[in-house]
Amino acid sequence: MGEAIYRTYRVVARRSEGSVGATLILDGPLQAEPGQFVMVWLPGIEERPLAVMDDDPLALTVRVVGPFTRALAACAPGDRLWVRGPYGRGFPVRGEQALLVGGGSGVASLTLLAKRLMQENGHVRVALGARSSDQLMLPWRFRELGCELLLATDDGSEGLRGTVLDAAEPSLSAGWADVVCACGPEVMLLALARRMEGSDVPLYLSLERSMKCGLGICGNCYCGNRLVCLDGPVFPVQEVLCLLEPPP
Amino acid sequence: MAIDMRVDLAGVSLPNPLVLASGIWGSVAGTLVRAASNGAGAVTSKSCSLAPRIGHPNPTVLHWGHGFINAVGLSNPGAHVQRQELARAHEELAPTGAALIASVFGDTPQGFADAVHVIAEAEPELVELNISCPNVESEFGRPFALDPDAAARATEAVRAVYAGPLLVKLSPNAPELVAVARAVVAAGADGLTAVNTLGPGMLIDLEARRPILSNRVGGISGPALRPVAVRCVFELAGAVAVPIIGTGGVSSGHDALEMIMAGATAVGIGSGLYCEGDGIFRRVLEEMEQWMEQEAVDSLDEIRGCAHG
Ligand SMILES: Cc1cc2nc3c(=O)[nH]c(=O)nc-3n(C[C@H](O)[C@H](O)[C@H](O)COP(=O)(O)OP(=O)(O)OC[C@H]3O[C@@H](n4cnc5c(N)ncnc54)[C@H](O)[C@@H]3O)c2cc1C
Ligand SMILES: Cc1cc2nc3c(=O)[nH]c(=O)nc-3n(C[C@H](O)[C@H](O)[C@H](O)COP(=O)(O)O)c2cc1C
Ligand code: FES
Repeated sequence: MGEAIYRTYRVVARRSEGSVGATLILDGPLQAEPGQFVMVWLPGIEERPLAVMDDDPLALTVRVVGPFTRALAACAPGDRLWVRGPYGRGFPVRGEQALLVGGGSGVASLTLLAKRLMQENGHVRVALGARSSDQLMLPWRFRELGCELLLATDDGSEGLRGTVLDAAEPSLSAGWADVVCACGPEVMLLALARRMEGSDVPLYLSLERSMKCGLGICGNCYCGNRLVCLDGPVFPVQEVLCLLEPPP
Repeated sequence: MAIDMRVDLAGVSLPNPLVLASGIWGSVAGTLVRAASNGAGAVTSKSCSLAPRIGHPNPTVLHWGHGFINAVGLSNPGAHVQRQELARAHEELAPTGAALIASVFGDTPQGFADAVHVIAEAEPELVELNISCPNVESEFGRPFALDPDAAARATEAVRAVYAGPLLVKLSPNAPELVAVARAVVAAGADGLTAVNTLGPGMLIDLEARRPILSNRVGGISGPALRPVAVRCVFELAGAVAVPIIGTGGVSSGHDALEMIMAGATAVGIGSGLYCEGDGIFRRVLEEMEQWMEQEAVDSLDEIRGCAHG
């Protein structure tokens, strides 16, 4: 007998993420490494990659940017989701003092890492940035895990007024972290990579690309000579820095 | 004595017989060059049309028990954008010694010719006509590859605008495969690629109670296709004199040698990159060489087509 391609989950609880999206808690676990992703299918709508926000039970956090994310964020308890994966190479769980830097929907790639690091008795600081307080994603989850939160908003409505890099800056200049992990808009990742140039603290970046197979076959998710679904989505900064630089 | 793995494909010398199949790892210089640097003797770009195409919505590519089913729907950036990317790929491929095969398709014979006309400016070593995609039938009607006359018309139209080495990619679904092959060779094809995906097939999700692919149906590739592909290559090699790239389900040295014994000159690998990535090229080459050493076979010419007896 053949195996089903998707595992079906039901939404058990839905929680709004400010005005920008939602977190869906599902009715079963999925074994995954922090930073890995799943392909989520909504029959009749689309199939798209999403980070494993939590593994037991599986939870997803979605930011509404288009038709699929709108439909997913509208799911209510009892609704079904079709999931395949997890796929990709995640973050290494290492470091006694880890600084996590997140923006946009990328924040969802960092929560499972925070959980694992806290389980290993690490100290975890999480810098989160957004345009305004109602766009911050998942601060509640990092608080729940006992992480130290460093918040920044463009309009100063929560945390300091500025970017997520401004929030991370004191920790960076004090040399607090022994590892830095980041996920978010590429301009943010590039700025962080430039800020840390010359530092010997390892920096891992999680990238996003549009995907079809998620399996390293179709080539849709290329970034230079890398495939984000196969070689990533998490890369040591040395592997991708030149690929993120805007063309001259 | 060192084993000679070089092959001559329609006048183009390849450092080894392994070819990255079209549609695998896309069409950008970065990934094509990476496959070549890791052992592919030639790389085929994803099929490209004159105008850009978005392709089908997801799900488009699924892995099931015995390979893949896909209905990507020929998404591509259009020949003008593709030409620039392939020109870069061509330049960066030079140090690897690998050949660039540019895959092209059109909705009419003239559409093929127009796209080839643009793509040829990137100076690929070979052009491959994809007349056999099963995933756009609702849009374009029956693939050219199912009908000898239609296949010949597409080939002729391209021959009129392009003088370089020309491959035509055939379908395992053609009821008169050999007649199609003879027709395209008579129309000017210098070689054949056999085969494209099988089917179409369908997968249904029990919970959703509906087909999974957004296109409902898609082409089968990988291990499930292999025996069909070997039979196609065997039939073709017995019927036409041009070189053949044997493609379909190859994932080991054994499978590649099987294609050569059926009569293939070169061997395409697509779905085999699943899990292993481009590491597959070196492994398959090593396995081929190991077997050849054991059997005291010095060159592929010694065994090519030997299964015909
Ligand atoms: C490995 C990986 C993990 C991901 N994890 C998550 C996650 O946990 N939560 C989540 O919400 N999203 C995540 N994404 C992004 C998510 O897949 C896309 O937002 C989604 O595909 C958009 O689909 P759509 O149909 O809603 O919008 P589309 O119609 O595809 O896109 C609408 C518009 O938004 C733009 N857009 C697409 N993606 C993004 C983005 N990430 N940020 C801003 N604009 C975008 C598009 O260019 C387009 O203009 C992840 C992506 C990858 C590759
Ligand atoms: C995801 C995917 C996309 C493909 N796209 C193309 C394409 O654009 N043009 C083409 O001629 N063949 C395409 N093919 C077919 C392959 O080139 C190859 O002929 C087929 O997959 C059989 O080989 P395999 O079993 O080694 O994969 C595609 C196959 C897959 C799996
Ligand atoms: S999404 Fe297909 S190769 Fe990455």
